[in-house]
Amino acid sequence: MSERQSYFRAALGTPGGRAGMLAVGAIVLFGIAAPLFLPDPAAQPDIVGGALQPPSALAPFGTDDLSRDVLARVAAGARVSIAVAAIAVALSATLGTLIGIVAGYAGGAVDALLMRVVDGALAVPRLFILLLLLAAWERMPLAALILIIGITGWFGTSRLVRAEVLRLREADFVRAAEALGARPGRVMFRHLLPNTFGPLLVAATLAVGDVILLEAGLSFLGLGVRPPTPSWGGMIYDGRAVLTTAPWVSIFPGLAIIATVLSVNLLAGGLRAALNPREA
Amino acid sequence: MSGPLLVVRDLVKHYTSEGLFAARTAPVRAVDGVSFEVGRGETLALVGESGCGKSSVGRTIIRLQEPTSGEALFEGQAIFRLEREPLRALRRRMQIIFQDPYSSLNPRMTVGDAVAEGIEIHRLARTKAERKERVAALLEEVGLDPSYASRYPHEFSGGQRQRIGIARALAVEPAFIVCDEPVSALDVSVQAQVINLLRDLQERRGLSYLFIAHDLAVVRQIAHRIAVMYLGHIIETAPTETLLSDPRHPYTQALLSAVPEPDPTAQRARIVLSGDLPSPSSPPPGCRFHTRCFHPLRSERCRSEVPLLRPVHGSLAACHYAETPASPLAH
Amino acid sequence: MTALLEVQNLRVSFPEPGGGRIVPVDGVTFTLERGRTLALVGESGCGKSLTSLAILRLVPPPGRIDDGSTVRFGETDLLALQGEALRRVRGRRIAMIFQDPMTSLNPVFTVESQITEVVHAHFEVPKREARDRAAALLQEVGIPDPLARLKSYPHQLSGGMRQRVMIAIALAGQPEILIADEPTTALDVTVQAQILEVLDGLRESHGMAVLLITHDLGIVAGRADRVAVMYAGQIVESAPTGALFANPSHPYTQGLFGSIPRLTGATGRLSPIPGNVPPPSAWPSGCRFRTRCPIVHPRSAEAPPLLPVGPDHLIRCWLAEDGAR
Ligand SMILES: Nc1ncnc2c1ncn2[C@@H]1O[C@H](COP(=O)(O)OP(=O)(O)OP(=O)(O)O)[C@@H](O)[C@H]1O
Ligand SMILES: Nc1ncnc2c1ncn2[C@@H]1O[C@H](COP(=O)(O)OP(=O)(O)OP(=O)(O)O)[C@@H](O)[C@H]1O
Ligand SMILES: [Mg+2]
Ligand SMILES: [Mg+2]
Repeated sequence: MSERQSYFRAALGTPGGRAGMLAVGAIVLFGIAAPLFLPDPAAQPDIVGGALQPPSALAPFGTDDLSRDVLARVAAGARVSIAVAAIAVALSATLGTLIGIVAGYAGGAVDALLMRVVDGALAVPRLFILLLLLAAWERMPLAALILIIGITGWFGTSRLVRAEVLRLREADFVRAAEALGARPGRVMFRHLLPNTFGPLLVAATLAVGDVILLEAGLSFLGLGVRPPTPSWGGMIYDGRAVLTTAPWVSIFPGLAIIATVLSVNLLAGGLRAALNPREA
Repeated sequence: MSGPLLVVRDLVKHYTSEGLFAARTAPVRAVDGVSFEVGRGETLALVGESGCGKSSVGRTIIRLQEPTSGEALFEGQAIFRLEREPLRALRRRMQIIFQDPYSSLNPRMTVGDAVAEGIEIHRLARTKAERKERVAALLEEVGLDPSYASRYPHEFSGGQRQRIGIARALAVEPAFIVCDEPVSALDVSVQAQVINLLRDLQERRGLSYLFIAHDLAVVRQIAHRIAVMYLGHIIETAPTETLLSDPRHPYTQALLSAVPEPDPTAQRARIVLSGDLPSPSSPPPGCRFHTRCFHPLRSERCRSEVPLLRPVHGSLAACHYAETPASPLAH
Repeated sequence: MTALLEVQNLRVSFPEPGGGRIVPVDGVTFTLERGRTLALVGESGCGKSLTSLAILRLVPPPGRIDDGSTVRFGETDLLALQGEALRRVRGRRIAMIFQDPMTSLNPVFTVESQITEVVHAHFEVPKREARDRAAALLQEVGIPDPLARLKSYPHQLSGGMRQRVMIAIALAGQPEILIADEPTTALDVTVQAQILEVLDGLRESHGMAVLLITHDLGIVAGRADRVAVMYAGQIVESAPTGALFANPSHPYTQGLFGSIPRLTGATGRLSPIPGNVPPPSAWPSGCRFRTRCPIVHPRSAEAPPLLPVGPDHLIRCWLAEDGAR
């Protein structure tokens, strides 16, 4: 039985977790499977006659000013937004976990130093750093964006993991491992790390929602995912000029953001409830 | 090699609180000059109330904590001066088992992996199959089914978990085990099973134990000698039957009389100590027990002069008036 | 002598995740008389705490007390009480103290406010008098310098002191019954001796009835008038204390005695009961002790009722019938 699997299974036991998991699953599946039954999101079949068509049987979410299918673009945006968020969060969770475990287990000066760095970093707004970097580096590739979001996202995680490690390292099973002659690496990675997975998973799931919102915000400002790569934020930006005449162009990507973030948060709530049944 | 397996001299362990206000608080004098020896194949019990420093002794002599001062010789080696690598080698000879059957096992590790940990660390098996075999043999030795190796700790009861902890310690084939209240959290029937197991293992493997406990009746079933601690000092030590039948220190007498006897017809005279254990960060001067003492001869001397352990009637007792019994104990 | 508390056929059950129900307390019957102490003894998980919680209707949800159970307090049917009437019994007429003195006191209030809260809840008294009563209660449970201690917060007290404060709070309503659920398990033996002494004194001076729940037969001897031994949700032996200790008759009770380490007598190997107490979902049909019992009885697949083995001495074991024959 894999532990992570079992967390998700436990989360399925709560109504919120069940709903969240189903919804997240449906959105991901929709994003992945869309090319099989939807038109090419970049195709511009009829710029003159087919632009800004309201939702119809043919194009359920309507078309945009370039006659592209909004539903297909929302699906493509799901792929991009969720992939960006998942990779960035995986990166920041890994960094945060490593740093948190080392700080918590080593203690003393190492801990003090790392935590002062974190305190400092947390005092600077993340959006501010991102805007600054994006302004300086105009044609930033997507990979760099993901990297930057990831690198600026581990501070909170490291604190969380450190707190967990401070609690765990007093447990007798850690004493027992030390008494058997386990080196610090073994204690940290065989004993402490697996026991931080639970809270880490909750935090990471919540962070996915945050990053989706962050990326949408940046893209809306024209700083995040650049056209022609479709992104939900970018689509809302594109639709702003025709908001009154063709609201579907921006409303559907907006709804997609809300639905995704909501289901991710529901899933996180379910995971949390499954981890601490009594606090739910 | 003859002579005792472990010799501890003047062990001191003080806890100073780290952090901003460190300078202002007095250190906790958990262990304040403790000396004892443990022979080969012998069980020495360390008995006393909560907070008197028993676990601190156990943890420092196997270097899970650094001592404040003192000396400990194990098989002639000065434990407190060992560097990292020789210390790791020593871990094969000295092990520990814990009180809390829940926190002593990693909830994310299978029973087999937990028991195999020492084998892995010290490379005691050449192949995976050999390791598996040893784990199975160890589980069997502590009375568990070898098929349990693939299960997780939460599937086991307190007593079974305690057996797993014992198997984990035995895996490195130690000569000496610190048993830190291994049966205190268990039900009576399971407690008796674990005590029997520890006795059998000692017989079979010639183990030595430092058996930490607060229950003298439990200790009687397993210890050859008993040392009674009070506020960081050993106040009396003697062979088990001597200490139980003829306690010389008033605190030992109080401790003995507090053990509930499951026989309504043989109730002993009860000594009920007044007051609480004083704080170990500001222990009373002189005899540390004088604030709660009921000895008829207690005097000014008790408040000023620290009594040293000295031989009295086959025991070593740290009481100025150990020759005079403090209260008649009905047997 | 009239029964002050009468528990009959008490059943407490919980739904199981996979459907079905477990019944951790299954048909418990006993009576408690005025001024007497009844000890409920058994190992962890046999249903002692749930039994005591059920008396005050404090079974945690989703658990419930099943139909057919009776709990009578004098003339009152406790299982029929609702709202205010129930609250008037709790704390005021039946009080309870728990095992863990660390978590049963509220860490953010002083000792004084925690005791006077109970006094005010049950009596119309001015503030000053509530305070005097609180101080008197602390005095009674053997806390030195009670006026100073009233100002303390729980974390400033030792475990033994906290348990005394818990007892003082329990006494504040001048209850007729005190339910003590393992009142000394978390404490050192010397402190345990102090607390038990306090409880004994109070029972004598107040004429309270005490339901003493414990896993330690040692503290029962010389304290309880009567002992009920529980195993797997049922009472398996019930007798006056003297008779039980002189002649423990159920194999489980005998096993408990064989497991207790003693200060006197031979030291050799203890003779414990093999195995563990199974969880409620795995309790065997028929005699529940049969999976661990040293005796193989031809009728062990049938559930034995409580059968007499002596005057006022019952065991839930077919051996009683063999003896009678
Ligand atoms: N890591 C620590 N930091 C500060 N104080 C400590 C630490 N460990 C123990 N102490 C204090 O040292 C004293 C002795 O503790 P120790 O755990 O050795 O007692 P013990 O006799 O084992 O008690 P118990 O029966 O409760 O296990 C206590 O007052 C305790 O609060
Ligand atoms: N809230 C609950 N939900 C489900 N099962 C429960 C609950 N509380 C108790 N039980 C079950 O009921 C059984 C009896 O529990 P109870 O707390 O009454 O035991 P006990 O005899 O007081 O044991 P202990 O000595 O450990 O306090 C246990 O096996 C437990 O699994
Ligand atoms: Mg300890
Ligand atoms: Mg209980």
